[in-house]
This record gives sequence, structure tokens and C-alpha cells, in this order.
Amino acid sequence: MADISGETSRRAGRLLAWLIVLVVVGGVASFLAARGRWWMLPAASAHGVDIDRLIYTTLIVTGLAFVLVHLVLAAFVWRYADRGQRAAYWPDNRTLELTYTLVPAAVLTTLILMGSAVWGRLHSPAPPDALTVDVRGEQFGWLFRYPGPDGVFGRTDPAQIRTRDNPMGLDPADPAGADDVVTRELHLPAGRPVHIRLRSKDVLHSFFVPAFRVKQDAVPGMTVDVWFTPTRPGTYELACAELCGVGHYIMRGRIVVESPDAFQAWLARQGR
Amino acid sequence: MSRAPQVLDLPRVPPPPRAAAPGGRGPHDGETAGRPVHPARVAVWLVVAAVVVLFAAFTSTYLARRAEPDWAPVAMPRILWASTAVILASSATLAASLRAGRRGDRAGLRRGLAATAALGALFLTCQVLGWRNLAAAGVFLASSPHSAFFYLLTGTHGLHLAGGLGALLYALARSGAPVEQALDAAEPAATYWHALAGLWLYVFVILFGL
Amino acid sequence: MSVAHAHVREPEAHRVGFVRRYIFSQDHKIIGLQYLMTSLVMAAVGGVLAMLIRMQLGWPGHQWGLVRWLFPGGFTDAGVMKPDFYLAVVTMHGTIMIFFVLTTALSGGFGNFLIPLTIGARDMAFPFLNMLSYWLYPPAIVVLLAAFFVTGGAPNSGWTAYPPLSALAQAAPGSGLGQTLWLVSLGILIVAFLFGSLNYITTVLQLRTRGMAMTRLPLVTWAQFITAVLMLLSFPVLLAAVIMLLFDRHAGTSFFVPSGLVVGGQLVTHQGGNPLLWQHLFWFLGHPEVYVLILPPMGIVSEVLAVHGRKPIFGYRAMVLSMGAIAFLSFVVWGHHMFTSGMNPLVGTAFMVTTLAIAIPSAVKTFNWLATLWRARIRFTCAMLFAIGFVSLFVTGGLTGLFLGSPAVDTYFQDTFFVVAHFHFVMASAALFGLFAGLYHWFPKMFGRMMDERLGKIHFWLTFVGIYATFFPMHFLGLAGEPRRYYSPQMYEFLRPLQPLNVVVSLAAFGLGLAQLVFVANVIYSLVRGPRAARNPWRANTLEWQADSPPPHGNWGPQLPVVYRWPYDYSVPDAAEDYIPQTAPAAVPAVAGGAADPGHPRTEGS
Repeated sequence: MADISGETSRRAGRLLAWLIVLVVVGGVASFLAARGRWWMLPAASAHGVDIDRLIYTTLIVTGLAFVLVHLVLAAFVWRYADRGQRAAYWPDNRTLELTYTLVPAAVLTTLILMGSAVWGRLHSPAPPDALTVDVRGEQFGWLFRYPGPDGVFGRTDPAQIRTRDNPMGLDPADPAGADDVVTRELHLPAGRPVHIRLRSKDVLHSFFVPAFRVKQDAVPGMTVDVWFTPTRPGTYELACAELCGVGHYIMRGRIVVESPDAFQAWLARQGR
Repeated sequence: MSRAPQVLDLPRVPPPPRAAAPGGRGPHDGETAGRPVHPARVAVWLVVAAVVVLFAAFTSTYLARRAEPDWAPVAMPRILWASTAVILASSATLAASLRAGRRGDRAGLRRGLAATAALGALFLTCQVLGWRNLAAAGVFLASSPHSAFFYLLTGTHGLHLAGGLGALLYALARSGAPVEQALDAAEPAATYWHALAGLWLYVFVILFGL
Repeated sequence: MSVAHAHVREPEAHRVGFVRRYIFSQDHKIIGLQYLMTSLVMAAVGGVLAMLIRMQLGWPGHQWGLVRWLFPGGFTDAGVMKPDFYLAVVTMHGTIMIFFVLTTALSGGFGNFLIPLTIGARDMAFPFLNMLSYWLYPPAIVVLLAAFFVTGGAPNSGWTAYPPLSALAQAAPGSGLGQTLWLVSLGILIVAFLFGSLNYITTVLQLRTRGMAMTRLPLVTWAQFITAVLMLLSFPVLLAAVIMLLFDRHAGTSFFVPSGLVVGGQLVTHQGGNPLLWQHLFWFLGHPEVYVLILPPMGIVSEVLAVHGRKPIFGYRAMVLSMGAIAFLSFVVWGHHMFTSGMNPLVGTAFMVTTLAIAIPSAVKTFNWLATLWRARIRFTCAMLFAIGFVSLFVTGGLTGLFLGSPAVDTYFQDTFFVVAHFHFVMASAALFGLFAGLYHWFPKMFGRMMDERLGKIHFWLTFVGIYATFFPMHFLGLAGEPRRYYSPQMYEFLRPLQPLNVVVSLAAFGLGLAQLVFVANVIYSLVRGPRAARNPWRANTLEWQADSPPPHGNWGPQLPVVYRWPYDYSVPDAAEDYIPQTAPAAVPAVAGGAADPGHPRTEGS
């Protein structure tokens, strides 16, 4: 018991205060340093910009709270070490408590309002001029299907799936499927909304395109709709973001965003 | 925080000792300030809460699944009407039994407990017969979503009721003790039993009444 | 009170053999220590698994010559970790740490040890049930760890075990017998938890000593009580899900497996299930479970800050109310784990509101802890260091929750390392710091010996720095989009630049793991050589410190303690000492103006 309130204790307090300051400085500095190297890819979709704005707003709010709370904590740790003083008998204070209930509540309400506006836009119905693409996840890869010139997807039947010549399981009895284009690479025209109909052949997968800020689970037995507008031509990576088995980490897809003309030309080539 | 002198509103002397309950209350012989209630009488409500949550989980899944378009119902085995009548009757005999017990009528308490246990066994028999009827009709656990939920819900309910039967038999064995102690065993068993009777009605209605 | 019964419970009356005293004991303190010690052993197991994860992520494809011999089957002959073994390790690390370490140590360990002592009871309401609760835990461990040794190995589906991956044996190597053992093990442990929480709630409601109104419970006991209610109302839901998944796996039912799946080239025969139902059931438990892990540390930290800060906890009533609010809200936020799962977007908005609402009581608690430190008289004991460290880690982890609670933002962060960083700050780091604060604080009461403060401080410095160094960089991995549960991020161009960061994280994690050896050494050293502890070494108010260290069987002498005041009368003006135990009659500090329960003028039960 000798020294729970002596110089050893006070020295530990000073060190702790410095460490907490170090957490603040290190935390802020590492965020600034990471911005160049370890950061989000530049947003390449229309609503990706909205999401980024939300992320930065939240980052500023939480960053301020992080810094302030830690500095207060460090100050108290520094200032109120046991030097033989008597602690205050201060069991509560309604006004203070009400204040720090209502202030976070107001901040959170603001975040909720901003967030729900973006969320609502993300999940609004796809525009009528959107390009519709069927995306199917499987262990361990992606399959894409365009409806072809008739604009209608043919029926699929899991029993018809043949890895080599009919990976999508197109039903040959359905004439609408005859012109469907099935590919292993997703090509999209820049600037046009894309409506993805997401399905899965076996287990859960998740359609994650970091540069588009798009992530949507593919749920077996369901078709999940998601839409976005790629804005910048280029090649993007598609990752699986829901654990789907031993090959989860290799379930990589390639997305090429190109000019509408180049896209049409590519699509026509796939028809053969 | 106002620092004005306060009048102490705490007792300056220890409160008078609480009268010791005759015969002891629970494992710690009435030393505590809690209400003079046997802990089992409190605990049984917690058990009921946990069982209700378990059934809420099963049945919310059932209701969600049932709402989908490909739902194909299974015909109800007629004998479940008998099960329902039997379990309602068992609740009635149990209520009568406890009324007798609270009057100090130990023979009435025992008779009622025995009758309830017998009806409980009959209920379980009816449930098993219901299962056999369905199986005879070719409806098994994995036949359809409805049949799976039917076997799951009736099976889980039956297991819990079998536990209740054990509690009733324990209460019956304890019914030779002074009436108050006998009731400490019988009352929690009864609470649990009535809850399971209610749960059966709920399961019965959502399985076949909707 | 009847005199006839008064001395029946004296320690002398309790002479039993070794087995019934220390192994199949019905004494809540022994059971608590059994839970605690077993959890610490499991923490070592889970920690080793964490090191394996970091070995792979820091140096994917590296050939580990030596380690290969320790885990035959998990590595190729060349010494490279196999992907299915990696997923098995990830799954078991999560499962063990959440259910078999933090839940069992914080609720099973501290709950058992502290509840009867802090309310002035001799034991739990149902000591036999309590013993049964503990003795379901080792079998659950055996069944769980057995999964490593069966064909296919331990499950590959993560601690969340989402079907169909977890439902179909052909979907992954670990989805065979290993997954079944996992489910059975969890089922056993759930029953143990239900027995425990039943006991805790009944004990707090029924066995409080005279004068111990609910409004005079120490916050650590309030936290345990609310946690027990959470467990009682959430674990049956997981039990239901476990039973249904077992039926799907072994009885051919289709609760969670839809029609028309093709796995491994074979058409699956299941028909008509829905995988999202599992997610709803799992997270209906899963989110309250998060608070099952964090509420007990909150209680511990509140206690430690007051005792070692020599100051009443600030806002006792708000502390209790906010814990109640957190508990209630935790039942209506589960959907924030499923923003990208394909559920209705309107439902997503509703879950965002509840999720951000739960941040309010959490913020209130943080500010109350800060206010407790204001004008305190802080003694930087090891317990206090860990308690203050808890506040820092809880703030850091809690704030990132604001990103994940907003569905549009979560669309980007869901299932990335940002989530891993978030829950390791709140669940792993903060909860772990609460656990350590509690151990350093109550070790003298548990074992009758003081812990070594010097080793303890070394342990704290290394752990505090190590935790931030390990988990803070994970935010950047998440910002850059690295998905969790990847065997290797090397397949993706956009993830390759992250490798140096992953090396940093791995090295920090190894250091963090090694630092825990200091703690192990401290426990062993202090158990053997620690100075004998007085009854009340910290000069604390709560009842457990009025009992012997360690308390005898039955805890108290012939008479139960009687309570006259709330637990936080520290530094009462004009009082002779800077603490007034709950058992001190009101007459003692009557000279002091502020001795009455400040916020609670009508606490007397009569």
C-alpha cells in the first residue's frame, strides 16, 4: 500500500497525461499522413461524391470530439493527481448533464438528417434510361449478363447450369434468352445510370466496387437491385465483401468504364 | 450542487429487525431485506420470459417465412383440438389445486396437482399422436416449410412442457410439507404451466388459425 | 431476524472436502474465480489465434518453418498457411474472444464474484444452478476446440456463421462436422449463460441486505444486473437460430437455405428458406451481446474512477438511466449490421435513427466519467490507469460507430477493416481494459494478496501503446477499402500499397501479445509473493470491502451488513476520513452536511 498516493503515482499520472496527448497528436497526424497513401480511391460515381461528403463531415465531427475529449481527459489527469488535496464532493448537476445530453443529440440529429437524404437517393428507384445488367456471384467469381438487342432477359434455371457452356443457367426453351450476352467482365458506358440486378448461385457474396462507393450483398434466393452512375472512364476492381468460402479473397472482378460508343462496340463483339 | 446544510433523511438508528418469516424463506433464512418471497417465485417469471423470447424468435421467423408467396400449408391433425382442450383443462385443475392449497386444503392441493400432471401427460400423448398422424400422411420434418415449423414449434413446446411436468411432480412430492412450503414449490410450477398453456394457444393459432 | 438461524452460516459450520470446495463448489466466489481463470486461459488461446491471423496478413505467403510443426494440417508442407485454416482461425478467434472470454470473464467472472458481495448476500439465490452454469462452460470449450481436430477443420464461416455457407457441408471445408460442433458448443454455452443471468437477476431482486435499496446499488452491480436482463432476453434468440441451423444441416429442413442453389457443381435439394432470417435472428442477439460485453466494464470503470479518484461518481442517476437506455435501445438497433444485406431501405433509415440514438446515453456516460475526474484526487494505481485508458479507448471506438451507424457511409465501410478497427476498440480494447481494471482493483479481495503495482504499470504502458498501435492503423486499411476476412489482400491492385501498414499492425499486435506475458507473470508472482491484503486496501465504501480478504464461505460473520447510505460518499466535507463505508450508520457523519444520499432523498425502502 506504501505508495498508491505518493510520487510514483504522480509520475504515472504525468506519463499518462503525456500519452493521451500523444494519442491525440498521433491520431490526427496519422490521418493527415495517410491521406496521400492509404485512403479511399477517388470517387468515380455520381453518388460516390455524396457519400464522400458525408464521410468527411462525420470525420470532422468525430475528429473534433476525439481531440476535445482526449485533451480534457489529459488535462484532468495532469491537474488532479493526488497531491494531498481534498477532492470536491460534487455528485451531480442537472444543468450540466442536460447540456451534454442535448448537445450530442442535436449533432446526431443533424448527422441523421444528412445521412438519410443520401441514403434515400442511393435507394431510389433506378432511372428509366438505366442500363440493366444481371450480376451473379458464385464461388469464386462474377458473371455478368446483358439483355441483348431485345432488351429482355431470358429465363434462367439453376438445373441448366453447366460450367463450360452455360454458366448462367439460361433456359434454352425461352426465346428471350437467345440474344442474352453473358460475360466475365463488366463493361459500362460512362455517364449512364446502371441498374444492377444482383443474384447469387450458392452462398452470400457482396458486390463491392470501392471506387464507386457501391456495396450490396448478393443473397441466394433473392434478386437485389442497386443502381449507380459511373462517371469516369477507366478500369476498376470489383471485390467480394461478404465471406463466401476459402476463395473469398480471390473473387476479383474487372470493371471497364468507357465511352458509350466503345461500350456498344464491345457489347457487339461479345455477341458472337 | 447546493451546499446548504441538509437535514438527514436517513434513519439515525438501524431500522427495527424485520420479523423472521416462519419456516425460513429461501436458502438464506430470511436475513435479507427483499420481500419475503421465495426466490423461485421470482425466478419462474424470468424463465417464462426466456421461453417467451425463444418462441418469439421461432414464430417471428415463421411469420416472415409464411408471408412469402410460395407458402403451402399443411392440413392440421384433428387431434390437436383434443390437445388444446386437454391443456386448457389442465390449467383449470391447476388453478383449482392452488386455490385449495391457499385455503390450507392439502388434500385438494395434491389431488389437483396429480390431475394436472395426468392431463399434462395426456397432452403430450396427443401431441405425439398428432405427429404420427402427420407422418402417416407422408408429412415429415423436411417436407415443407410449414411442416418444419410445425414439428419445430410443437417439439420445442412439448420439451418445455415435459420440464413443467417435472416441476409438477416435484411439487407433488413436496406437498407433504407444511402448506406454505408446499406452495413455494407449487406456485412457480403453476406460473410456468399456465404460461406454457398460453404459449400453446398462441402456437396453435399461428400454425393453423391464420 | 431469528437468532436461531443467525450463526448457522458461520464459516466454521462449512467444512467440506477439497472437491466440493474448489471444484464442484457452490460458492459464488469460487465459481466466479473459476469463470475468470478459465476465461483467461481461453484468452490465451484466442490471443494465439490472433497472432496467427496477423502472421498471415503481415506476410501473406510467407513460409513459416517452425510454426508449421505446431499446427499440422493448417500449413502446407512448405510452411504456408492454408486459406481454409486461416478462415478457421478467424472464426475461432472471434467466437472465443466474444463468447468464451469477454462474456464469461466479465459477466460470469465478475458478476458471480461481486453481486452477492456488493449487495450484502451470503451467496446467489440458486447456488446449485450457479455451479451447473459454470460446469457447462468447460464442456462447451471442449466441443468448440474439438472442431480443430475433425475432418475439414474448424468452421470457415466467421463468428457470425451466415448461411448458406454455414448450412451446406459442401460450401467450405469447415462447414462439415466442425460447424456442427461450433453450433452445439454455442448451444451449451447459451444454456450456461441463461442459468447465470436467471441467478443474477433473482439474487439482486431478492437477496439485498437491509438498507440496500436499488438506488444504493454500486454501479458495478447495476451494470451486472442490466447485463443479466440483456442476456436473458437475447440469448434465447440465438438458441433458436442455432437449433434451426442444426435442423437445416442435419434434418433436411430449409429454414435458411433457399431453393435452386448450385454448390460445387451440385444442385442443392433444400427448398424455400431465407438466409436473411438467420442474420435478423443472429443480430437480434448480436447487438445486445455487444452491450453485454461493454456494460460490465462500464460498471467496473465507474467504481474504479470513484474509489481511486476519491470522489463520488458524477451523476449516479444518469449513469443508471443511461445504462437502462442503452440496454433498451440495444434491442432495436440490430439492423445496422445489415445495411448492405438487401433489406428494405426504409428499414435502414429506422435503424439509423435508433443506432445514433444509442450514442447519446454512451456520450452521457463518457462525460460523467470526465466530470468525475474533475477536481478529483487521483491515485494512479494500475486499476485507475486501466480505467482511464478505458475511457480513452471507449471514446475512440465509440466515435467510429457514428460512421457505421449511418447507412450511406456504412455502404462503403461495411465489412472492411474500418469495422474491424471499430469493434476492436470498443469490444476488444475497451472491454479488455475494463477487465484489467477490475482485476487489478478486486485482486486483493479475490485472493487476499496485493498485485504488484510496478509490474502492473509496465503491463499498462505496453498495453495502452500496443492497443493504439495495433488497431488505429486499421482505420486506414478500412478507408482504403480492405475487406475483412481476406486470406490475402495481394490479389487486388488497390490493396497492394497497404502492405507496409499491415506489417506495422502485425508487429504492434505481436508486441501487444507479448506484453500480456507481463500480466501473467504478475498474477503468478502476486498470488505467491504478493503482500497480504488488508480488508479495505483502497479505502472503498462498497460492501465487499467490509468483508475479509478473501471473504470466507458465507461472506459475512454471524450478522449480515446493514446499509445506511449510497456507495459514493467520498471526500464528504468535514468528515474525518475521505470515505464513508455504506455500513457506517448515519450518526457518524451527521456533523457533515452532505452525508445524505445526494440525489436520492427517498431511497429508504421502508
